[in-house]
Amino acid sequence: MTEKILARASEKPQLSPGENIWINVDTLMTHDVFGPGSIGIFKREFGENAKVWDREKVVIIPDHYIFTTDERANRNVDILRDFCLEQNIKYFYDIKDLSDFKVNPDYKGVCHVALAQEGHCRPGEVLLGTDSHTCTAGAFGQFATGIGNTDAGFVLGTGKLLLKVPPTLLFVMDGEMPDYLLVKDLILQIIGEISVSGATYKSMEFVGTTVESLNMEERMTLCNMVVEAGGKNGVVSADSTTFKYLEDKTSVPYEPVYSDEQARFLSEYRFDISKLEPLVAKPHSPDNRALARECKDVKIDRVFIGYCTGGKTEDFMAAAKVFLNSDKKVKVPTFLVPAAQKSWMDLFSIPVPGSGGKTCSQIFEEAGCDTPANPSCSACMGRPKDTYARMNKPMVCLSTANRNFPGRMGHKEGQIYLASPYTAAAPALTGYVTDPREFLH
Amino acid sequence: MAASSSTFTRNPTSIATSFNSKLSLSLFSPRSIKLPYIHPQPIIKPLGSHARPLPVLRATATPSAESTNATTFHGICYVVGDNIDTDQIIPAEYLTLVPSNPAEYEKLGSYALIGLPASYETRFIEPNEMKTKYSIVIGGDNFGCGSSREHAPVSLGAAGVAAVVAESYARIFFRNSVSTGEIYPLESEVRICEECKTGDVVTIELAESRLINHTTGKEYKLKPIGDAGPVIEAGGIFAYARKTGMIPLQSG
Repeated sequence: MTEKILARASEKPQLSPGENIWINVDTLMTHDVFGPGSIGIFKREFGENAKVWDREKVVIIPDHYIFTTDERANRNVDILRDFCLEQNIKYFYDIKDLSDFKVNPDYKGVCHVALAQEGHCRPGEVLLGTDSHTCTAGAFGQFATGIGNTDAGFVLGTGKLLLKVPPTLLFVMDGEMPDYLLVKDLILQIIGEISVSGATYKSMEFVGTTVESLNMEERMTLCNMVVEAGGKNGVVSADSTTFKYLEDKTSVPYEPVYSDEQARFLSEYRFDISKLEPLVAKPHSPDNRALARECKDVKIDRVFIGYCTGGKTEDFMAAAKVFLNSDKKVKVPTFLVPAAQKSWMDLFSIPVPGSGGKTCSQIFEEAGCDTPANPSCSACMGRPKDTYARMNKPMVCLSTANRNFPGRMGHKEGQIYLASPYTAAAPALTGYVTDPREFLH
Repeated sequence: MAASSSTFTRNPTSIATSFNSKLSLSLFSPRSIKLPYIHPQPIIKPLGSHARPLPVLRATATPSAESTNATTFHGICYVVGDNIDTDQIIPAEYLTLVPSNPAEYEKLGSYALIGLPASYETRFIEPNEMKTKYSIVIGGDNFGCGSSREHAPVSLGAAGVAAVVAESYARIFFRNSVSTGEIYPLESEVRICEECKTGDVVTIELAESRLINHTTGKEYKLKPIGDAGPVIEAGGIFAYARKTGMIPLQSG
């Protein structure tokens, strides 16, 4: 599928892995951390008065270093704003009032979730972003990958980029998803299987009955961690689930692309999902896979449920289910960071099935979790030192994020375990790494 | 700006390139644009807001007699392990520094590899120093994995690194190194990281794709940098594109 999407983008009838091609970019995304750098390069190379190649194809989303007093971080959002005004950029999800994200009508939250919710992800298209997790958008059957500032500066001016066509690895997942597993467990299984460099320079294509049963947010979680295996991009075929999701979000016409029957893949991996168990990724690598039940002696100091990988509405509903079933209070500080404005609002409005009408936020409050924070990337990357819930001294943390390299959340000696929302909520209740089946009968 | 539109209407014809090594990216040699092969030679650029320190100008204030010209790097090496992710190369808290600002560029360099855990007792840059005395970094597998931050190769370059020699690279880091022209991302054939120690004196001969460790007396074959070489040599993708006529020279 990747080869066909890139073939269309490069206006060639067909491509093979290994070819270097110039592609037309449909959408370029950048945020507050790498945006200013990319803009600086664009102006330096194309001139102070240069104009971007297409003011409707650039999407600028401040999300990483937002709720902080760090002057440079705030200056960077100002740089984005000035640029958007000067270039008349159509899609700029601005935030001005830092004291209350809700009064900023345009602010959306984490870029990858916002891109999807605002209808910028469309099947068959090419999306590039100055963020490694841009691969998340592959969930929509498009080619989406991360690039650096210099490449982005180039795209800003020309709308094109030179890329090499990657070969594709096929991941077939069949079987009914047991009710104690979430998509995070699937991708941790895969990364554990092929290692953090197993998919380097390659495309990861996800097929199978299990994949077809996933909703869009679940597919996004799957593709989000493609880069953690070294992957260039990940794809899931667009189908009725995709089309339905996009119905009320975009009116831009799109044409999905599908793999041919006789498509060739570099390797094929098959998984019978019904046999998998809840997993964690132990410090300090996303491929350090272990069964949750084998880590039950690991004492934890805090739990994070949130971020682009685990802070969407579906993820919170899953965590709420665990708390609801247990009816107990959390034993360690539990931080909730919704990925987007919409996720935040859903927390406070959508009733959790089987709860008698309670919302996620009510369930979380009753369990003793921290109040849901402002949507942003928050402590996932240990940003400016005053970031909400940043790890400022060494401790053991269980997180639904996507990376656990040394120092990722702040302190270099901190230990981060990655897990699904179920496998993050259960330990919050016990104070130790816990298999969520203990709470999900 | 006219610069972009005129050159890219003539899309290069599809280039089917076959590689010996999986990572020698011949990214920048579209066939329809005729280029003379550019023999590496020292290029002196006046320092200004456009210039980035090139290997030739990398004069660090250390007595370890580090000298380079565009085809040879000589200096002491700093050895790291596998999977050195970009958070270790440049932690997120420093990403508010914007590299196109010269003062912030220098500051960024001073934080290179500051994210390495305490198990690395010899630090890459001494406290209170802005530059490193190690002009060559030797790594293992999957160097530069993790976040796409271009600040990673930029901080290494700003700190005074001329080249990294690793077993393999993560793709975005490799791409960024070439596009910015900050460092040469070279690949070794064997696990050099297990045979070299921090502080060893090494020479890299780029044209011969060879690394010599003077301290141990051993020599190693490197994979050729290929077409990425001239791009880094020129100072990155934009400089290369202008130099070779792919995009017009900037006026003023």
